[in-house]
Amino acid sequence: MADTIKEIDGITTEATEELIEEILAAYPEKARKKRAPHLGANEPTSAKCAVQSNKKVVPGVMSQRGCAYAGAKGVVWGPIRDMVHVSHGPVGCGVYSWGTRRNLMQGVPGVTCFPLDFTSDFQESDIVYGGDKKLETLLREADELFPLNKGLSVLSECPVGLIGDDINAVTKKMEQELGKFVVPCNCEGFRGVSQSLGHHISNDSIRDHVIGKREFVEPAGPYDVALIGDYNIGGDVWAATPILEEIGLNVKSVWTGDGEIEKIAATGQVKLNLIHCYRSMNYMCKVMEEKWGIPWMEYNFFGPTKIEESLRAIGEFFDDTIKQKVEEVIAKYRPIMASVLEEYRPRLEGKTAMLFVGGLRPRHTVGAYEDLGIEITGTGYEFAHQDDYDRTSPEMAKGTLIYDDASEFELEKFVEKMKPDLVGSGIKEKYVFQKAGIPFRQMHSWDYSGPYHGYEGFKIFARDIDMAINSPTWGLVKAPF
Amino acid sequence: MAEKKMRQIAIYGKGGIGKSTTTQNTVAGLAQLGKKVLIIGCDPKADSTRLILHAKAQETVMDKVRELGTVEDLELEDVLRVGFGGIKCVESGGPEPGVGCAGRGVITAINFCEEEGAYTPDLDFVFYDVLGDVVCGGFAMPIRENKAQEIYIVVSGEMMAMYAANNIAKGIVKYASSGSVRLAGLICNSRNTDREADLIEALAKRLGTQMIHFVPRDNQVQRAELRRMTVIEYSPEHPQAQEYRELARKIDENKMFVVPTPIEIEELEELLMEFGIMEADDETIVGVAESA
Repeated sequence: MADTIKEIDGITTEATEELIEEILAAYPEKARKKRAPHLGANEPTSAKCAVQSNKKVVPGVMSQRGCAYAGAKGVVWGPIRDMVHVSHGPVGCGVYSWGTRRNLMQGVPGVTCFPLDFTSDFQESDIVYGGDKKLETLLREADELFPLNKGLSVLSECPVGLIGDDINAVTKKMEQELGKFVVPCNCEGFRGVSQSLGHHISNDSIRDHVIGKREFVEPAGPYDVALIGDYNIGGDVWAATPILEEIGLNVKSVWTGDGEIEKIAATGQVKLNLIHCYRSMNYMCKVMEEKWGIPWMEYNFFGPTKIEESLRAIGEFFDDTIKQKVEEVIAKYRPIMASVLEEYRPRLEGKTAMLFVGGLRPRHTVGAYEDLGIEITGTGYEFAHQDDYDRTSPEMAKGTLIYDDASEFELEKFVEKMKPDLVGSGIKEKYVFQKAGIPFRQMHSWDYSGPYHGYEGFKIFARDIDMAINSPTWGLVKAPF
Repeated sequence: MAEKKMRQIAIYGKGGIGKSTTTQNTVAGLAQLGKKVLIIGCDPKADSTRLILHAKAQETVMDKVRELGTVEDLELEDVLRVGFGGIKCVESGGPEPGVGCAGRGVITAINFCEEEGAYTPDLDFVFYDVLGDVVCGGFAMPIRENKAQEIYIVVSGEMMAMYAANNIAKGIVKYASSGSVRLAGLICNSRNTDREADLIEALAKRLGTQMIHFVPRDNQVQRAELRRMTVIEYSPEHPQAQEYRELARKIDENKMFVVPTPIEIEELEELLMEFGIMEADDETIVGVAESA
């Protein structure tokens, strides 16, 4: 929680509300009524953010959302490196979710990691006769071809749900036959209002088929933790775990970036779950809390201010040894961070940015921008829920613009009116804004860069943001409007 | 050759009512009138053409698709068979109950027949023999735009058969409003219930249509079926063969195509009570167990 209420010059609740009215006026009455509750001016003092969320997209508007399958395959399951992930259904879903999220993994492809595309490639006859026999054959063949895999996941695409293919029966049979994890995930794309349900369904399949089924090889220690909700985008996990290890913690498993399924299955033995992306993984944290009494805490590794806050909070959970190491680590990195700020902050001070991203970044990255002297004038999520917005309000300045499931039209208009120096959003928005001559960073996959987590990540983040905003390119672009 | 208009006809009705038997016997009658007919079986059981082909089960479109991997590799000659009286036969086929999507099989098969030119200009009739229960969009495929314009419902004097007929009429209304599909009549396939002909006449009247023919019950049909033949082929002189020829003639000459007026359940029950099929509800006994 922010101690003081942030304010930004020129941003007032009244002006923001007026802007929202103006944008909403373009909609027909029915759409306006539906969209109005999803837009608002931030009120940091209120415990509950007034912006409504997790509702069905208004028909006819261009949404940025994904589907349940995207949330399962792309977010939760896909990053686990030692599993074969099978997209069950027609070929497209598998191909277009293949390697697009930049969740990096170590290992030898095909031997110790499987950044490959496995799909049952449904044909007409698989729809009519069902695809379960084909799935069984596929699982057997994939396991023969890649015998060092530690498990297989089956991710249902839409048609599987429509024809009622019983993937759970197939995976149960194959798990016995192959003697390793074969996990069904009924994440048909038509389920739910966004990719968010895909995260939940995936958490549930971990709960039902994975958690508690393995134990760590090494004996348990007092400083065992798990890193939850870090997907190793551009190598984030590799920038985050060294810090936790430096403060004396023992990172036993990572969910799920560069993750290993057997360690994930053994996570019930750790002392604390540290959760970064709350939206996509809070479900399993709560399950482990209920089942084994493992506490969980949220942390934020974006930018030195939040890293320090988080490290101290983590230290509080443990003993003086850890607390002392936390202070040592903070002291060690302060000068390094100071030199980063010294280089970039003068060029970025007083700039503004607007964000529209996914699970945690619309709130978690605010501090990193602020470290660089950049103020966030608007933020929002594609698929967040009320608890995400409640966590967002205190991070944002009074009167700033909050938008949930913003349409392409709304984003374009908001940016046009608020004139930020940078927009941080997804690939679908990138070229819209760049063509308008506005600096842009693709903040789902770190725009082919990263990592952005931890101290190492902040150096790269600062460089990238400077590069985007201060590139001379923008002075040479003449937008025709 | 004068331009002929191909008539596309779909046969619906409650499961087990005798749609396939009636269709094949009637089509045999049409063939004897010199008509060129194509039967498309739209039922995963694939028993819509066995009496014409003398075959246990015709190789179906979906069987071949499964064998070849894709529908694109399939040729019409692989699945089109010609039987008694030059009648052409295609079976859509589909999965065994409980797996996959039989409705999609029907859609695939009908699209395939269209694209591969099964509907040749010399045809006088195309008959779609459809699964009893229109459980999903696939089984409504034959009555969508540019397919069957005429529907005959096979019915008997039994209560559930009449319920089904009325429900099918409701479905026709839905498609009639967006296309040219019309109800062409009820075919009564007799089960020897009391006053059956009168009852079906009365139902037809309520639905705004006709009972186009009353087909009496005769074991000669079963005797022919044991030989995988229609009555018309097995015993052309038998009176039952004459009944089917009569039905064929009436269908050929039929001009009565209507948007049906399905009736409310209460009205249907009144009709059944009038004919003694059903007794009036005694509301005092509803939901009361025997021991109570």
